[in-house]
Amino acid sequence: MLELIVISTLNGVLFGMLLFLLSSGLTIIFSMLGVLNFAHASFYMLGAFFGFQLTRWIGFWPALIIAPLLVGAIGMAVERYGLRNTHKHGHVAELLLTFGLAYIIEEIVQLIWGKGPMDYRVPAALDFPAFTVFSTNYPAYKMFMLLISVAIFIALLVVLKRTRIGLIVQAALTHPHMVGHLGHNVGQVFMLVFGVGTALAAIAGVIAGPALVTQSDMAMLLGPILFVVVVVGGLGSLSGAFIASLLIGLVQTFAVSMNGSLASLFGPLDPSIGPSLLTDVWNVTIAQVAPIIPYLLLVLILIVRPMGLMGTRET
Amino acid sequence: MSEPVTAPAPRTTRADALRFYGLWIAGAALLLVLPLVFSSGGSLTTFSLIGISIIFALSYNILLGQTGLLSFGHAVYYGIGGFLAIHGMNAIAGHEWPIPLPFVPLIGGMAGLIFAIILGWVSTERAGTVFAMISLGVGELVASSALILRSFFGGEAGVTTNRTDLPAFFGLTFGPQIQIYYLIAAWVLISTIAMYALTRTPLGRVCNAVRDNPERVQFIGYNPHVVRYIAFCFAGFFAGIAGALAAINFEIANSAYLGLVQSGVVLFATFIGGVAYFFGPILGAIFVTYLQLGLTDLTAVWQLYFGIIFIGMVMFAPGGLAGLIMMHRPLARGGTLHMLLPAYLIAAVPTLALAGGVILIIETVSRYVVHADASTMVNLFGIPFDTSQPVTWVIAVVLTVGGFFVARMTWRGIAAAWDRAATAARDKGHLA
Amino acid sequence: MSAAIEIDAVNKSFGNAKIIRDLNLRVEQGERHAIIGPNGAGKSTTFNLISGYITPTSGEVRLNGEVISGLSPFEINRRGLSRSFQVTNVFGRMSVWENVRCAVLWATGHRYAFWKNVDSLPEVRQRTAAILEDINLAARRDVPASLLTYAEQRALEIGITIAGGANVILLDEPTAGMSRAETERAVELIRRLSEGRTLVIVEHDMSVVFGLADRISVLVYGQIIASGTPEEIRGNPKVKEAYLGEEAH
Repeated sequence: MLELIVISTLNGVLFGMLLFLLSSGLTIIFSMLGVLNFAHASFYMLGAFFGFQLTRWIGFWPALIIAPLLVGAIGMAVERYGLRNTHKHGHVAELLLTFGLAYIIEEIVQLIWGKGPMDYRVPAALDFPAFTVFSTNYPAYKMFMLLISVAIFIALLVVLKRTRIGLIVQAALTHPHMVGHLGHNVGQVFMLVFGVGTALAAIAGVIAGPALVTQSDMAMLLGPILFVVVVVGGLGSLSGAFIASLLIGLVQTFAVSMNGSLASLFGPLDPSIGPSLLTDVWNVTIAQVAPIIPYLLLVLILIVRPMGLMGTRET
Repeated sequence: MSEPVTAPAPRTTRADALRFYGLWIAGAALLLVLPLVFSSGGSLTTFSLIGISIIFALSYNILLGQTGLLSFGHAVYYGIGGFLAIHGMNAIAGHEWPIPLPFVPLIGGMAGLIFAIILGWVSTERAGTVFAMISLGVGELVASSALILRSFFGGEAGVTTNRTDLPAFFGLTFGPQIQIYYLIAAWVLISTIAMYALTRTPLGRVCNAVRDNPERVQFIGYNPHVVRYIAFCFAGFFAGIAGALAAINFEIANSAYLGLVQSGVVLFATFIGGVAYFFGPILGAIFVTYLQLGLTDLTAVWQLYFGIIFIGMVMFAPGGLAGLIMMHRPLARGGTLHMLLPAYLIAAVPTLALAGGVILIIETVSRYVVHADASTMVNLFGIPFDTSQPVTWVIAVVLTVGGFFVARMTWRGIAAAWDRAATAARDKGHLA
Repeated sequence: MSAAIEIDAVNKSFGNAKIIRDLNLRVEQGERHAIIGPNGAGKSTTFNLISGYITPTSGEVRLNGEVISGLSPFEINRRGLSRSFQVTNVFGRMSVWENVRCAVLWATGHRYAFWKNVDSLPEVRQRTAAILEDINLAARRDVPASLLTYAEQRALEIGITIAGGANVILLDEPTAGMSRAETERAVELIRRLSEGRTLVIVEHDMSVVFGLADRISVLVYGQIIASGTPEEIRGNPKVKEAYLGEEAH
C-alpha cells in the first residue's frame, strides 16, 4: 500500500511537472500575446515526433537539443506569418487560427507518420532501474524526466526574476498593454516568446515521448486537460498553473491506480436490477473515471471559484 | 472580428417585403423540388445530411455569430438530442405509444434544451476565451462520461433503433430515404424560420449588443450573463433537433456524436459559411457537407484540405463565404461589378496553379509515405500524375513556388480593381 | 427628500495605490452637478464607483437613499442611474437605430422577450425615433455606429445613456475632442435632456462647466477639496491653487 502511494506520488509529480512545462508556456504566451494557443499540445506532439525521428537518425541526446529548436522555429513562423496577421481581427479569430493549426498539425503528423504508435525507445544510457521502492523498480528514465522538468522550472524562475526579458514577461502577465508602450521591438519580443513557449512544449514532448505513447492523437488527448489546468489555475497566473498542474497530475495518477468503486465499498447492487445508469455509476471504478476527473475539477472550480485558484486577470 | 453590420433592417417598403417573403417561399420551393430533379439514392442521402448540418450550424451561430460565444463543445447538445431520440424511438416502439416519427425531433430538442438549462448557467458566466475553454472542458466531460455510462450511451458501439417500428404517419413508414429527406426538409424549414424569428425579437437584438459590447449592455439594464444563458439554451434546443434527425437518419447514435471532432465540424461549417449573416451557416453547411462527402472518395487526407481551407478563411476571409458574397453587393447595386472580372480571371490562373501544386505535394507525400501499397496515380484537373516519378515532385514544387509568386502579383491587381470599382460604386451612393 | 447621490466616506485602493481617499459628495435631486479636477484626480474612478463598475474598499454609495455600493452595474441601472463613457462605448456593428432601440428595450418592459417581434412594438419604435430626433441623428439611423463621425458617436453615446429613462445621469467628459460649435450643440442637447433629471457631469471645458452646472465639486488626489455654486468655486483660493490657475469663463 505504502509502495503504491510512493510510486503514485513520484509518477504524479512527474506528470504534474510535465503538465507545468506545457501550461507555463501556454500561460506566458497568453499573458503576453493575449491569445490562448489552442495548438500548444500540438507543438508538444511535434516535439515528440521530431524527437523520435531525430533519435532514429542522430541519437537521443542531439535530438533533445535540436527537436525543440526546430519546433520553436516553427512556432516563431506561426507567430510571424499567422497570428500577427489575424491579430487585427480580434481574439476569437486568433483562437480559431490556433484551433485550425492544431487540426492541421495533427493531419500532417498523420500524413507523414501514420496513425499508429511510434517505437520511440528510452535511450540505452538511461534504461535501467534507478532505485527500488519496496518491490518495484523505478526506472532511471523517469528520474531523468523529473530532473529535466525541475531544471527547466528553475531556469524559468531565474529568467523571470533575474533577467530583463523576465521582468518584461512578468509585467505582461498582469499588465499586457504596457508591453506595447515599452518601445522595444514588440513584434520580435512576441515572436521570441511564442517560440520559447512552443519550444518548452516540444521539450516536454521529446522527453515524454519514450515514456508515454507517441502517437498522432497525443495532442487531442492531452490538449483539453491542459486547458483545464490553466482555467483551474487561473488564466494568466504562473503559480496557479504550477499548483493546478501538480494537483491534476497527482489526482489523475492516484485515481488511475485505484480500483475502488461504490460497489467495492458498499457491495454489489441487487442483480435483479437490469443494466441502468445506476448500475453504471455504482460499478464504475475510480480508475475508469480517471479520464474525466480533470473535467469534474473544472466544473467544481467554475462553481466555487470562477476566476481559478490564483486568477488575477480578466479576459 | 472586423465584420459588417448584421442587423437586418426592418422591411419598410412593399418591394422589400415582397422580396423578403419571396426568398423564403423560393427556399421552401427549392426544398420541395430538389429530390425530383436529383433523385438518386446518393443525392437523397447527401441532401438529408446537408439538412441536418444546416440546422446544427444555424444553432451554433446563435452562439458564435449572434452572441459572440465561441464554443468547442456544442456537439454535446447535438449528441444528447440524438441519444434521447434513439431511446425515445425504442420506447415508443416498445410501448406502442401513438407518437409518429415526425415528432421525434422534438424529443431531441427538449433533451438538448434541458441539458443546456442544466449546464448553461455555469458555462456562460464568462464570455470570450474563458467561455471557449469551459465549453471544451464541459464537452469533454460529457463525451468521456459517455464511455462510462454504458447503459445509456451504449459504450463504443452506441445505441440503435429501427425507425420503421414507429406508428405510421398518414401511411408513411419512413423507411425509404425520400421520406426521411422530406421529414428533414420540413424540420429545416421550421427550424430556420424559428431561428430567424429569434433574431428579430428583443432578446435577439440584445444578444447582438452583448456580442458587440458586454460592458455597455449592463448600463442599459441587461445582465449579460442572463442574455448569454438564454441564447445558450436556444442553441442547445436546436442542436438537439439536429442530433435527433441524425439519429433518425442513421438509426444509430454513438459517442462520436458528442465529441470534440463533431464540435469541430460544426465550428468549421459555421465559420466557413460566415458568421455575420443569417444565411452564412446555411452556405457553410452545404459547402462542408459536400466537401466531406465528395473529398472522401478522392483523397485519404481530405481532413487536411479542410484544415487548410479553414485557416485560409480565418486569415484572409474571416467573413466566410457569406462575407465574400455580400462584399460584392454594393458593387452589384452600383453596377460596377464587371470592373472586377478581368482581375479575377487573370488571378485565377496562377492561383489555381498554386493550389494544384500544393495538392500535388500533399497527395504525393500521402501516397509515398503512408499508402505504399495504394495506387501511385493522382488525378489533378483530369491530368494523371505518377507520384512515384521524381518529375511529379519537380512539377509540384514549381507549381507551388512559381504559382505563389505570380499569384501574388495578380492579387495586387485584384486589390487595385476593387479600389476602382468600390470608389465608382461609392460615387453612385452605394456604401462599399 | 434624500439626495440623488450620496458618496459617504468612500475609499478605493488598487493594490497599494489609494486612488480615492475619504470621498464625500452629495448631489441633490434635479441638480446639475459638475465634477472637475486635474488629470488623474480620480474622476472616472468616481464614476465607476457610483455606477457599480468597481466597488469601494470602504464607505458607502447611496442612490436616492438606497445603498448601491456592491451592486452590479445592471442592478444599479435598473434603479434609475445611467452613465456614459469617456471613450466612446457604443455597439459598433449595429446601426444607430439599433443602438438606441436596445437601450430602450429594458425600460419599456420587453426585457428578455423572445416571443415578440421587435419591429412591431409601437412604443419601442416611437421612443427610439424620439430620441434619435433629440440627438439629431435621425438622418443617420441606418449607419453602423462605428462609421459615424466622432461628434456623432458622442451624441449617440449620450442618446444611449438617456434612452432608458434614467433619472440620474452621469456623463463622463461628453464634449471631449469636440470643436467649439459641436460643443455648443452638445451643451444645448445636454441641457434639454437633463431637464427634470439629476445630472452629474465630468468635464475639462470650463465654459461648459460654468455654463451648465448648478453646483460644482473639485476633485484633487481622490478627495473633494471644495463643493459649491460656480461663484463660490471661482472665488475659492484652494481651488485656484490646485486647479484653475488661469481665469476661466
